[in-house]
Amino acid sequence: MRLAVIDSGVANIGSVCYALERLGVQATLVRSAAQLGQAERALLPGVGAAGAAMARLRELQLVDAIRTFPRPLFGICLGMQLLFERSAEGGVEGLGLIAAQVQKLKESPGVRVPHMGWNRLHRERESALLQNISEGAQAYFVHSYAAPVGEYTLASSTHGEAFSAIVRRGNVAGAQFHPERSAAVGAQLLRNFMEWDGQ
Amino acid sequence: MLSRRLIPCLDVRDGQVVKGVRFRDHVVMGAIEELAARYRDAGADELVFYDITASPEGRSVDRGWVERVARLIDIPFCVAGGIRSVEDARAILFAGADKVSVNSPALERPELIDELAEAFGVQCVVVGIDSLRDDDGEWRVRQYTGDPSKTRALSRRTLDWVVEVQQRGAGEIVLNCMGTDGVRAGYDIEQLREVRALCRVPLVASGGAGIPEHFVEVFEKADADAALAASVFHSGAIAIPDLKATLKQHGIEVRDV
Repeated sequence: MRLAVIDSGVANIGSVCYALERLGVQATLVRSAAQLGQAERALLPGVGAAGAAMARLRELQLVDAIRTFPRPLFGICLGMQLLFERSAEGGVEGLGLIAAQVQKLKESPGVRVPHMGWNRLHRERESALLQNISEGAQAYFVHSYAAPVGEYTLASSTHGEAFSAIVRRGNVAGAQFHPERSAAVGAQLLRNFMEWDGQ
Repeated sequence: MLSRRLIPCLDVRDGQVVKGVRFRDHVVMGAIEELAARYRDAGADELVFYDITASPEGRSVDRGWVERVARLIDIPFCVAGGIRSVEDARAILFAGADKVSVNSPALERPELIDELAEAFGVQCVVVGIDSLRDDDGEWRVRQYTGDPSKTRALSRRTLDWVVEVQQRGAGEIVLNCMGTDGVRAGYDIEQLREVRALCRVPLVASGGAGIPEHFVEVFEKADADAALAASVFHSGAIAIPDLKATLKQHGIEVRDV
């Protein structure tokens, strides 16, 4: 199986699969650890609430399988947030693959939450995942929580404060924005992930 | 920096995109997929599809075209029309829409907003508000505006409703200023400013765009996060790349086309 899309029971799975189809990639929806184990790489999509998403992964007994997945893994939006230790959204414990905590975005005059719309990416580190994504490229975000900028941050974005837009630690990576809805920039990121060796 | 968004609005009736003037007298503009692809290519930042007859007819949106649009375009889109329950919304979101917008059904039963926010998160939940100024000078909401024979004026003040929907879990508000809709004389800056003062979530201005300067005005004077328009885009009177160039000249951040 070339690519598994983990069926976390959330609403953007269809959109993610259609975006992959547009790139000529046939994805397989997986709902069990056994299925996931056969995948060359995996995507963890997500929208909605962190607590519900983790509950679903636990129910499917996928938590350990994702934690120990040895090949490239990529989280999208809430799926990226779940890679972290903990989310301030309901104090939910995440997968713990990246050692940091997801925080609520701070409102301030002119800075509205949810952060909704196209924002610019600022490159923080070199990575094969950023190939052909230029400094200042724009992507579509819609979220109320975000991970701080850290050593795992490949690209940041700013809404009031800077936060992680693309992250990576070892074979695990993710994007806070929605590549499936970020036009050419999003397609490029998905393409980069499909070619990424996890190094 | 976050860009201001330009959102073509596609009113859908019987599987086609239509446009009326002041919410009446609809003419067919074209097929849904054809217009969706055209706006994607022109650099639209997002699309909104309103199934304008779903609510007055008491039915939900046909999810077939939602799925076709989701396969076709790589920018976000929102679907509105007759979404009365979490199950209705789930069908639309799982068909590939990024957000659902509720209007008349939220007025019938405001708890719907809480339920949608609980089930899908506030970022999926848009509340559309159709608003018109009454003779006493107050803006009040209208219901079932998709069909003039069924449109109802409510006693609910627009500004009160703006506050309530946010408390209930609206992640974005679309304010349709009915007094300026379709007549291309500019957005209702006065009303939008009053709503902006009470609106902490993203605010989408709707109704009245005629020339590029109207968009400049709605971003500079009313601080809208996004501007929605239909007829000026459908007719070709304003091309989105040209409009973005004008906004850039005014120092307004937009997505590069």
